[in-house]
Order: sequence, then C-alpha cells, then structure tokens
Amino acid sequence: MSITPEYLEDKLRKEILATHLEIIDVSDTCPGAKFQALIVSPEFEGKALLQRHRLVNTALAEELKNIHAFQMKTLTPEQWEQQKQKQ
Amino acid sequence: MIRLLKPIFFEAASKNVFRTMVARYSVATGSKEHIDSLVKGKKVVVFMKGTPEAPRCGFSNAVVQILNFHGVENYSAHDVLADENLRKGIKDYTNWPTIPQVFIGGEFVGGCDIMLEMHKNGELIEELKKVDIKSALLDQEKGNKKEG
Repeated sequence: MSITPEYLEDKLRKEILATHLEIIDVSDTCPGAKFQALIVSPEFEGKALLQRHRLVNTALAEELKNIHAFQMKTLTPEQWEQQKQKQ
Repeated sequence: MIRLLKPIFFEAASKNVFRTMVARYSVATGSKEHIDSLVKGKKVVVFMKGTPEAPRCGFSNAVVQILNFHGVENYSAHDVLADENLRKGIKDYTNWPTIPQVFIGGEFVGGCDIMLEMHKNGELIEELKKVDIKSALLDQEKGNKKEG
C-alpha cells in the first residue's frame, strides 16, 4: 500500500496540530515516492527552520523511511495569513 | 633460494604491518569520529549524491547551484553513494533523514529546502559571513546599485 497525501495530512493534523495542509504527490512513476508539502502549524511558533523541519521529520519518521523525497514549506498560522494576503 | 624468497617475505610482512597501521589509526567511515573529522573546523561541507561536477540527484544539484550562486568555492563535498557506511552514518549523526546535508562552520544547517529558504530570505549570506566567506551576491548588489 502506498502512502497518500491524505494519510500524511491526517497524521500531521494529529501529531503537530497542523491547521492547514497542502500535500501533493509529485512522484514520477510509482505513487507515494515524492511529495511536496505546505504545512501550517502553531507548533512552529518561535522555532527556526531547522527545528520546524525536525518536528515534521519526527512526526513522519516511519513514513519517511519509504518516501524518496519530501519537500516542505513550514509556516506559522500568522505567516500563512500574510502569505495569503500577498497572493 | 633464500635470497629469492627474502624479498617476497619482506613484502608480505610490510603489507601486514601497513594494514595493521591503517586499521589502528583510521576510524570506520560513517562513525561519529569520522564525521566529526570531516566537518569540524571546515567552513562549508556538503554530503551529497554524486559530486559537485556531476550531481546524481536534483536536490543535491540544487545545493551545489546555490553555493555556486553565492560564489562559494573549495567547499568539501562527500559522495554518499560511494560509501554506504557514510550514507547511513551521516543520517544518524544529524538525526536527519535525507541527503543532501550542509554544514557551515562545523554546524549542521539543513538540507535542500532549508538552503533554498535561507538563500531566499538572505540568511545564507549571514551564515557564510560567520565563516568569513563573503557571498558573491553582495558584490552583485553593490554593482546593481551603482548602475541604478
């Protein structure tokens, strides 16, 4: 069974209380290999980029063993609001 | 007969001595000691798939391009595809699941996403400054200002 964006989103909502998620499967051939993720969570507040990524890596430790590439953007709810306004 | 055999014995003996010396004075690749020795005291170190001249993964290539862009030369790059122990070891060392991995001033900075983000928000220029590397982007900015 391959990993789906929905599964990852569900897990991140539970593990790091993500409030907004946009995860897309960008695998070349076999699905579940490459993902791009936009993750918004209040847990990122006051944390440097490295720490934010570590939070996600820890939450998805099991899954990442089988995922070839996981690109992520990690935003606080405040940063997400700002970004939405810019768009 | 003895004269003929002597060099052969000598050669075999010295090879063994050499092997023992190597085993005693080098540490296993991918061990904490080994990676410490690769990153400590170095300005910029990259663990990647392939080499800067021929990256074998898009993310490793992106890191190389970012460093090029900032005019960072003479950084040390280690190809994890050439050494499975190193590939595993570096992930344990940093507790980071993916390659590439970048160290500046002996400290783990992050992977491709973080390098890209730091490049965009200007943090990379500051990080490089800490190890006395002046980003080539600073010179370009000055040039642009003069023109403008």
